[in-house]
Amino acid sequence: MAKRVEAANVTAYYGGFKAIENINLTVEPKTVTALIGPSGCGKSTFLRSINRMHEVLPGARVEGNLTIDGQDVYDRDVDVTAVRRMIGMVFQRPNPFPTMSIFENVVAGLKLNGVRRKSILEEAAEKALRSANLWDEVKDRLAKPGAGLSGGQQQRLCIARTIAVEPQVVLMDEPCSALDPISTLAIEDLMFQLKDKFTIIIVTHNMQQAARVSDRTAFFSIEKTGDPGRLIEYDNTQKIFSNPSQKKTEDYITGRFG
Amino acid sequence: MSTTLTPRRARPPAQPTTLRARRLPAYAAPVIAVAALLLAAGLVYGAGIGGPVLVVVVAVLLYLAGLFGAANAVEGRRSARNRLWSALIHSAFVLAVLPLASVVWTLVSKGAERLDADFFGTSMNNIGARDANGGAYHAIIGTLEQVGIATLITVPLGVLCAIYIVEYGRGRFAFAIRFFVDVMTGIPSIVTGLFVLAFWVLIVSPWFNDGRPGFSGFAAALALSVLMLPTVVRSTEEMLRLVPAPLREGAYALGVAKWKTILRVVLPTALPGIVTGIMLAIARAAGETAPVLLVAGGGAAINFNPFENNQSSLALFVYQQAGEASKYSPARAWTAALTLVALVLVLTVAAKLLARRNRLGR
Ligand SMILES: Nc1ncnc2c1ncn2[C@@H]1O[C@H](COP(=O)(O)OP(=O)(O)O)[C@@H](O)[C@H]1O
Ligand SMILES: [Mg+2]
Repeated sequence: MAKRVEAANVTAYYGGFKAIENINLTVEPKTVTALIGPSGCGKSTFLRSINRMHEVLPGARVEGNLTIDGQDVYDRDVDVTAVRRMIGMVFQRPNPFPTMSIFENVVAGLKLNGVRRKSILEEAAEKALRSANLWDEVKDRLAKPGAGLSGGQQQRLCIARTIAVEPQVVLMDEPCSALDPISTLAIEDLMFQLKDKFTIIIVTHNMQQAARVSDRTAFFSIEKTGDPGRLIEYDNTQKIFSNPSQKKTEDYITGRFG
Repeated sequence: MSTTLTPRRARPPAQPTTLRARRLPAYAAPVIAVAALLLAAGLVYGAGIGGPVLVVVVAVLLYLAGLFGAANAVEGRRSARNRLWSALIHSAFVLAVLPLASVVWTLVSKGAERLDADFFGTSMNNIGARDANGGAYHAIIGTLEQVGIATLITVPLGVLCAIYIVEYGRGRFAFAIRFFVDVMTGIPSIVTGLFVLAFWVLIVSPWFNDGRPGFSGFAAALALSVLMLPTVVRSTEEMLRLVPAPLREGAYALGVAKWKTILRVVLPTALPGIVTGIMLAIARAAGETAPVLLVAGGGAAINFNPFENNQSSLALFVYQQAGEASKYSPARAWTAALTLVALVLVLTVAAKLLARRNRLGR
C-alpha cells in the first residue's frame, strides 16, 4: 500500500517570494528518501507541498504537478483532508496535543475522523505505539498527558500518532534534530521497520543519518540568499556519498560548502 | 537612566577570588523593621505631627534606608540594591492588596448584620421605612436570571465571533468586525441601557405586549449582553492567538478538517483563558446598575419571569437601598453588596475548577 510520489516542475511561493523552483523527482514505494542541503534551500517547503501543508500559510501557493500513484494531489476535486490522511507528516519539534492524554494523542487522527469504537481505538493505539518503539515505556501511563513525556518520547508519540491513521507516505522534517543520540537511533531503527509498509521522505541535516537510513538522496541548494532552491542531484544514496556527479554535491557532503 | 552610550566601566569587573561573601544575618531585616517602627513612632508622636498612617509611612522609608545602609556596609553595593528593590516590590504588592483587603473587610463587617434567613428568603414587597426586615430574594433572582440569559446570549456569539476573526477572517470584513468590537468596548453602560430602552422596550416589545412598552429582566439581559460581548470577543481572540501554530498543523497533518481542528484541538487548549475572559465579563455585568434601572425598572416584589414585568437586581438593590430614607436600609445595602461579591467569587472559582478539570489528570 506504499505509494509512488512524483513531482514534476514543482514551484512554491510564499506570497511574492519564490522558495523552490522546478523540482522534478520521483520517490519509489517502500523506500527511504533523504532530502539534504544547506538551510533555507527549500527542503521543508518541498516536503510541505507534498501533503498540501504549504498552503496552510496565508499567501503560500504551489505550481506544477504532484502526483501520488498517478493521482494529482492538487486536482480541483481532491479533498485536502484525504491527501493528508494518505500522506502523514512528522514535524521538527514534537507537537503532542497538550489537552490530550497519551492514548488520546495516538488515536487523535482516528477519533477526530469519526472512529468511535473503543476496541478499534485501543487496538490501533497499541499497534502504533509498538511500531514507534514506545509501547513498553508508556503502556502503564496511557491516561497521563502526552506533554509529560521526554522530548524523544514525545517525538515517537508524534510518529505513533502519524502512523496510527495508516498513511501510505510518511514525511519527516528533521525529526531527530531536537533529540539525543539514543532517541535518534531509536527513530532510525523505526524508519528501517516502517520502510516495509510506508514510503518515507525525510529531511535531515545529518549526513551520517542520511547515509545510514536512506536508499536515495536528493541534494537541494540555492545559488545565493533570495534565490529559489533547486534540486541539484538525485541518486542512490551510495552514489551520492561516494561518487556524486555534481561538483556542488561533492563540496556540500565533504563539508566545503553549506 | 544613563544618558551616554559609553559604558561606565571601561574594564570588566575584577574576577572574584572567592565565591563566598559576607551576608547579613537572618534576624537583621526584622530587627531593622522593628527599630524603624519604634523610631518612626517616636519621631511622629514626639513632634506631634500625625497619626498611625504617618508612622507607617515613615517607618517604611526608614526601613528601606536602614536595610540599604546595613546591606551596603556588610554585603556590598550589588546586594544592597537587590535588597532595596525586593523590599520596594513587596511594598508595592502590599499597597495593591490593601484596598482589596479593606473592601472585603468593610463588606464583611458591615454586611454581616443582615446575613439572615429573612434577607435571602423575602423581598421588599410591602416593606416600609419603619420595617426592619425585608430582603433581597427578588434582587438575587433578578441578577441570576439577567446575567444568566446575558451569558447564554454572549458566550456562543462572542466565541464564534472570535473564532471567525482569528481563524477565518480575511480582509476588510474581519477588520471591520474587529474595529466595531473595539468601539463597543468603550460604550458606557448607560448608553447600552438607553439603546435597549429605545430599540427593544419602546419599539420591538410592544408588538408582543398589547402595545405597551415591555420593561423586563430580558431587556436588562440584552443590555448586559451588549456590555459583555466585546470583553468576551477580545479575550477569546487573544487566547486563540496564543495557541501555537504547530498544534493546528499537527491536526491538519492527520487529515483533520479545519472546523474540527478548531473545535477539538484549538478551543480545548485555549479553554482556561477563554473561561477567565468570560468570568470577567460576567463579573462586570453583574455589577451594572444603570441599564437594569432603565429597562427592567427595578421593583420590590419577587418576579421569576424575566420576560414580563419589572425585575430588580443586586446592584440596583444596593443603589436603591443606599439612597432610601430608612435607618434599616444601609444594612440591607451592605449585605446585598456582600452577596453580589460572594456570588461573583463563587462563580469564578467554580468556572476555574471546571475548566481545569477539563484539562488532564482526571
Ligand atoms: N513562512 C514563511 N514565510 C516566508 N518565507 C518562508 C517561510 N518559511 C520559509 N520561508 C523561506 O523559504 C525558503 C526555504 O525555506 P525552508 O523550506 O524552510 O528551507 P529549509 O527547510 O531547507 O531550511 C527560505 O528562504 C525561507 O526564508
Ligand atoms: Mg527546514
